[in-house]
Amino acid sequence: MTMQEFFAMGGYAFYVWTSYGLTLIVLLANIIIPVVQRRQFLRSLALKQKRQ
Amino acid sequence: MSLSHAFFAVIRRDLVLALRRRSEIANPLLFFILVITLFPLGIGAQPHLLQAIAPGIIWVSALLAAMLSLDSLFRSDFDDGSLEQMLLSPHPASVLVLAKIIAHWLVTGLPLLIVAPLLAVFLGMPNHSLGILLLTLLLGTPVLSLIGAIGVALTVGLRRGGMILSLLVLPLYVPVLIFAGNAVQMASGGLPVDAQINILISILLMALVLAPLPVAAALKMSIN
Amino acid sequence: MFLIPDPVVRFFHRMASPPHFYSFTERLMPWLVVIFLLLTAAGLYGGLYLAPADYQQGDSYRIIYIHVPSAWMSLFIYMVMAVAGGIGLVWRIKLAEIVAISSAPVGASFTFIALVTGSLWGKPMWGTWWVWDARLTSELILLFLYLGVIGLYGAIDDKRTASRAVAILALVGVVNIPIIHYSVEWWNTLHQGPTVTKMDKPSIHVSMLIPLLLMAISFKFYYLIAMLQRARTELLLRERNAQWVKNMISESK
Repeated sequence: MTMQEFFAMGGYAFYVWTSYGLTLIVLLANIIIPVVQRRQFLRSLALKQKRQ
Repeated sequence: MSLSHAFFAVIRRDLVLALRRRSEIANPLLFFILVITLFPLGIGAQPHLLQAIAPGIIWVSALLAAMLSLDSLFRSDFDDGSLEQMLLSPHPASVLVLAKIIAHWLVTGLPLLIVAPLLAVFLGMPNHSLGILLLTLLLGTPVLSLIGAIGVALTVGLRRGGMILSLLVLPLYVPVLIFAGNAVQMASGGLPVDAQINILISILLMALVLAPLPVAAALKMSIN
Repeated sequence: MFLIPDPVVRFFHRMASPPHFYSFTERLMPWLVVIFLLLTAAGLYGGLYLAPADYQQGDSYRIIYIHVPSAWMSLFIYMVMAVAGGIGLVWRIKLAEIVAISSAPVGASFTFIALVTGSLWGKPMWGTWWVWDARLTSELILLFLYLGVIGLYGAIDDKRTASRAVAILALVGVVNIPIIHYSVEWWNTLHQGPTVTKMDKPSIHVSMLIPLLLMAISFKFYYLIAMLQRARTELLLRERNAQWVKNMISESK
């Protein structure tokens, strides 16, 4: 099987790769959002502590 | 005061209070009639189409009317503190809560049964399905009050609980809608509906037994 | 309690302490990520490359490797959420409350994925984006249940109270999910007839089954990772005034 055949998915490329792409986006967002939130929160806490 | 005594005292009190504020009875009822009047206006006065979707229209409207009426279930008692008194009484809170729900259903659910025949005529439903329509309303609307009570109990302490209430309650109404709506549909076509009615009865019994527990727990949480 | 071995009891006691939970999950995280990535790589390689195309559906069936595990996860996470919420409700364990509410967005995401991939799979199979199929309809209602949980938690300001509210709601949901599922199934067979079972019972071949199971396990690990990330953030927000948080920040400087 060539690379091209693999990505063509027997003509269903749009449906298959949209599914996988969307899943990837949603799953990544679910990790990134809480991590970023936590970093920001920790930074604001550290700032507050420095001021005291 | 014995438990049954307290139970009926709560029902009597709530009924008396509701009769003083008649708009509480009238509003959901008017809403129910209005929504059903809107459908022919929106769809067009096509008798066959209306007749075909009449069971769905009536039941969806009943669902919405029931949800609209929910706010009055605990609101005034929560605001004036009598709800707290009730929960502090030595009687099990779930039983007293059940009394309140029954009183509320008598005031807001039962009237829907009285206007339902009128609406069935509006929508051109065959006469022989009227009995089943009333029966499903009789069995289904108490379930709506019982499940809805869980939602109100969770949101009664919130200032803007209205929108969230519909999100909490409507998905839980789905089984009642499916079985009741389908029973009426089948009855219009002259088919037997024993299975649907039996399922509705079992849902009602289950809701009667189970729903007061989370309602009591949620109210205790809300008054804190 | 005497049936549970002592180390297990001690483990849970320690995990119930916020600082220990915070540092333990931090050390655990790389391992979880590595296992997740290995399982996903193996599952996708098996599913997208090794497994043959379906004789009826061609390659479009490959959506199954995310659709079905997501649908499984959507129910599984709801159960976890209800159980954790129940534990928090009865024993007032702060971390159980946090695990319950941190599960909700992850569960909602999986429900959303199951819905969207179901629709994307349905388009070539049924010819339309949406069919009132029993599974899709159940997933849609499940999504509403998740949104209700998330919305209720957001609407109540005091987070301890909000956790109790959410736990009650999740437990009510758990009792209702089987009834909803059954009623939707019944409604569906009545209105549609068994015409759309093309997707229902693929007599699945081993070469397709193994990647499917691998993906199912990998999603479980993903859930652990995402839930713990949220739980750590939530824990910090709730414990912002605790001494261990202050110590941790001054140490990291």
